[in-house]
Amino acid sequence: MEHALSLFVRSIFVDNMIFASFLGMCSYLAVSKNVKTSFGLGVAVTFVLLITVPANYLLQTKVLSEDGIFGQDLTYLSFILFIAVIAGIVQLVEMIVERFSPSLYSALGIFLPLIAVNCAIMGGCLFMQQRILMDPATSSQAIANIGDAFIYALGSGIGWLLAIVALAAIREKMAYTNVPKPLRGLGITFITVGLMAMAFMCFSGLNI
Amino acid sequence: MSSLFSKENKQALLQPLGFDNPILVQVLGICSALAVTSQVEPSIVMGLSVTVITAFSNVIISLIRNTIPARIRIIIQLVVVAALVTIVSMILKAFAYDVSVSLSVYVGLIITNCILMGRLEAFAMSNGPWASFLDGVGNGVGYAWILIVVGAVRELFGNGTLLGFTVIPQAAYDAGYVNNGMMSMPAMAMIILGCIIWAHRAWSDAK
Repeated sequence: MEHALSLFVRSIFVDNMIFASFLGMCSYLAVSKNVKTSFGLGVAVTFVLLITVPANYLLQTKVLSEDGIFGQDLTYLSFILFIAVIAGIVQLVEMIVERFSPSLYSALGIFLPLIAVNCAIMGGCLFMQQRILMDPATSSQAIANIGDAFIYALGSGIGWLLAIVALAAIREKMAYTNVPKPLRGLGITFITVGLMAMAFMCFSGLNI
Repeated sequence: MSSLFSKENKQALLQPLGFDNPILVQVLGICSALAVTSQVEPSIVMGLSVTVITAFSNVIISLIRNTIPARIRIIIQLVVVAALVTIVSMILKAFAYDVSVSLSVYVGLIITNCILMGRLEAFAMSNGPWASFLDGVGNGVGYAWILIVVGAVRELFGNGTLLGFTVIPQAAYDAGYVNNGMMSMPAMAMIILGCIIWAHRAWSDAK
């Protein structure tokens, strides 16, 4: 239980997808112009992470690893299989969103299908694959069972959501400030994210 | 049959290096650009890998572009890219193990690098193999040089070295110069890239 809590808090703040490992940057920068859309995208990313990371955890431990059904190490297939699982699930989510929330669907536009190539999703799966090898007794980052995989996915998703909503809120205010012309738009956004990342570095000593 | 280096082909190769740079203008593939650039060596390896993968995935998709059904093209593109990335990752593990460890998951993340999908969708699906190859090389190199610049700045000011060789003389340290540890933190990558974009915008506006 203690391990689960620690994993959850760490994956939100310390190992934040955006500020610690820069995953999902493309859509992060492109969609964070207003709070409402970015919240929608954040929820979509969290949702996709919540399904794909545990699915790929099962794939990795039950099929690809040496104790899996084939009895041999098939890890070299993991890139192709992970991305296939992600692409399939994103297609599904796209259909669900289109059916139940057409306004969110049109607001997200091209970025919904592009969640398939969002580095945050693939990155979450690859980090999960690395963390299986860690020892839960010594490392609070280790993922020992499917429950941990869920918690890790939820934590990273919420971390991503927090980061994009925070940036969107800042950018909404920044629209009224007088930024030098060549720096306007992308340049100042980068510098803002850099400063936010610095602030998030304070969490790196956090231990539960 | 146009010549191998016709005007359009040259454009495809050279445009992404400056005016239409994938990172600075189209803002694609930022994730890895920031995460691996704390030193020059991983930046070079990463840039090289991305160049190779962009070029060859462009060629492959361009060769089979007329047989791909439009509805499932994204998955087909992803599979082609994932296969190439698997090959590159194995080569790195075999011949440059240390660098492949320091790049960790970011080699795998080349699959989801938006530059690849962007070029496949925008260029390879509608152009011939040779032009696509040049476009891939151009975009890969355009990506690589930004990575190397950011990596060089961070390594020089963060460790006082370039490619592992000490550049800043001992005399400077004796006189009170201190390495800026902040530079090796990920946050500074964002700020340096922001400044490069600033300079690039100012330069292309002036032209």
